[in-house]
Amino acid sequence: MQLESFLEASARRTPDKTALVAGRWRWTYAELDASANRLAHGLLAEGIERGDRVAICLENGFEAATAIFAALKAGAAFMMVNPTTKADKLRTLLDDSQAAALVAPAARLVAMAQTLAGAPGLRLAVGVGRPLPSDPAPARRCVALEDLLHSGSDAVPPKRAIDLDLAALAYTSGSTGTPKGVMLTHANLVAAISSIAGYLENTADDVILNVLPLSFGYGLCQLFTAVKVGATLVLERSFAYPHVVLQRLVEHRATGFPLVPTMAAMLLQMDLGKYDFSSLRYITNAGAALPTEHIRKLRRLLPHVRMYSMYGLTECLRASYLPPEEIDRRPDSVGRGIPNQEAYVVDEEGRRAAPGVVGELVVRGSHVMQGYWNLPAETEQRLRPGPLPGQRVLYTGDLFRTDEEGFLYFVGRKDDIIKSRGEKVSPKEVENVLCQHPDVAEAAVVGVPDAILGQAVKAVVVLRQGRAVTERDVLRHCAERLEDYMVPKLVEIRPSLPRTANGKIDKRALLSPSELPATSLAQALPQGNEAGGPGFASIPQAFSATGQGG
Amino acid sequence: MTDIASTLRAFVRENFLFGQDTPFSDEDSFLGLGIIDSTGVLELVALLEKQFAIHVADDELVPENLDSIHNLVRFVERKRAKQEEALASSRA
Repeated sequence: MQLESFLEASARRTPDKTALVAGRWRWTYAELDASANRLAHGLLAEGIERGDRVAICLENGFEAATAIFAALKAGAAFMMVNPTTKADKLRTLLDDSQAAALVAPAARLVAMAQTLAGAPGLRLAVGVGRPLPSDPAPARRCVALEDLLHSGSDAVPPKRAIDLDLAALAYTSGSTGTPKGVMLTHANLVAAISSIAGYLENTADDVILNVLPLSFGYGLCQLFTAVKVGATLVLERSFAYPHVVLQRLVEHRATGFPLVPTMAAMLLQMDLGKYDFSSLRYITNAGAALPTEHIRKLRRLLPHVRMYSMYGLTECLRASYLPPEEIDRRPDSVGRGIPNQEAYVVDEEGRRAAPGVVGELVVRGSHVMQGYWNLPAETEQRLRPGPLPGQRVLYTGDLFRTDEEGFLYFVGRKDDIIKSRGEKVSPKEVENVLCQHPDVAEAAVVGVPDAILGQAVKAVVVLRQGRAVTERDVLRHCAERLEDYMVPKLVEIRPSLPRTANGKIDKRALLSPSELPATSLAQALPQGNEAGGPGFASIPQAFSATGQGG
Repeated sequence: MTDIASTLRAFVRENFLFGQDTPFSDEDSFLGLGIIDSTGVLELVALLEKQFAIHVADDELVPENLDSIHNLVRFVERKRAKQEEALASSRA
């Protein structure tokens, strides 16, 4: 079964039901499906072929949702790119993926044309809005999305792909600083979405209010689960104005509201008593850990709402969830494997760990990725032999323990990735950008606890001799090159960086005593665990004992 | 440009653009420009409360009040007028 069949089936079943609400507009299932069909025909007419990658760099909205389904209907794979991605980074992603098409706002195509021109795989640029770039042109062909939407036929294009074909290429931050493309097939995504919609008990009566970017795996899940069950998805672009989002929740009588901890922290600063939450059936949390205190407060304020703590990662979208009945008993657990797949903890020899023993979480299921795009060594490290011959399971790189009943508890990460606003930030990627500054000699990036962000990105830089650069100059340099959530919140200029005995930068020593966790991760680990090995795996997490992936 | 507007422009340039010389008009939406996030809104509110001595309520945290220099200026002027009115009536 192909992923886009979810939309086609819902359009047949309930053509007149509202599929999507964005801004002041709404689209029925028939309209969304027909739009995606027309755009797919347009892409095919422009030469997009089965197996091509279609990069989509758009804010949440009708165009993004339509482009995703159109790429699938054309037999291609979609590749979501955070809309705040700067030109150089986008070029890197396009070059790595050899994407054949890029869908982006026309104004951004104009601004980025110089940088994108000559990207080897890029044959087609599709602009949202006008005017389109002409000289320089970002790709060989440049067309308006609007024109493609009004040209092709409403009929479903003939099926080209099978479910072992790539449906999505999802880039995720890695500790090397170079993003890795996670390869997810139709079968992977259908398995993940069916499992998620199952445990959330989603039905056509649901109205899901989503402010998470579709470029974020957790946000993307909302689109597919809604479309699978024929529910309504209300897409918002930002949580910058929580009051406005809550007004939307009340106005549309939302039943589902996915959160990351940053959103929960902001909600808890408001007077929630002023809003009518009676329609709300469930909230979910993923991306990072919700502090136990926030879970208790939300439960007190919204006692009728089912609350799901979940854990996931791009490599399989979702790994575990805690049944809402358990949340008061084990608020710091992320539950157990999602339906039709297993999540278990293994020791260093790959044997299942006993309860209480810290080890690496392994995920086994038909939703596990095929590997990293063009990275066989990294793939081999994460996908290792499973219980059956030829079968591969996902080593998540995250450390967990279980209780006597098998419920999972997050302990820490094996790498130094920072989780800010629920999104992964690679310190190495930020350090690389910092070191591109002509006056910066050395840089180290760490995550420091932040009440709203979970972890805030902090940069410590050493300047070249005789150079005078301010913290603001450093921030500007970063803001011009990095996605918004990667830009450091704090910059400190120091004469030198602390070193360990063997000459590596001692990142723990960069943290003030208040920034260190109460108990260090090192203490929680068994002797000889490889987390103590290369790098500095014991950099504290914002919520040291209960961080969660997303 | 009014004093309020120039203070606000300087703040936005310094804190959201870190001094980048990106041109923006008084009508440009900060969300549209992609230069503000939820913590940015909180920083903006902290500035309004400190610099202009006004109190911003939860339900006043909406783009119509805060999402451009123009909207901010109108909001600050309206709030100040209300406060002066309240002060005058309490004296009367």
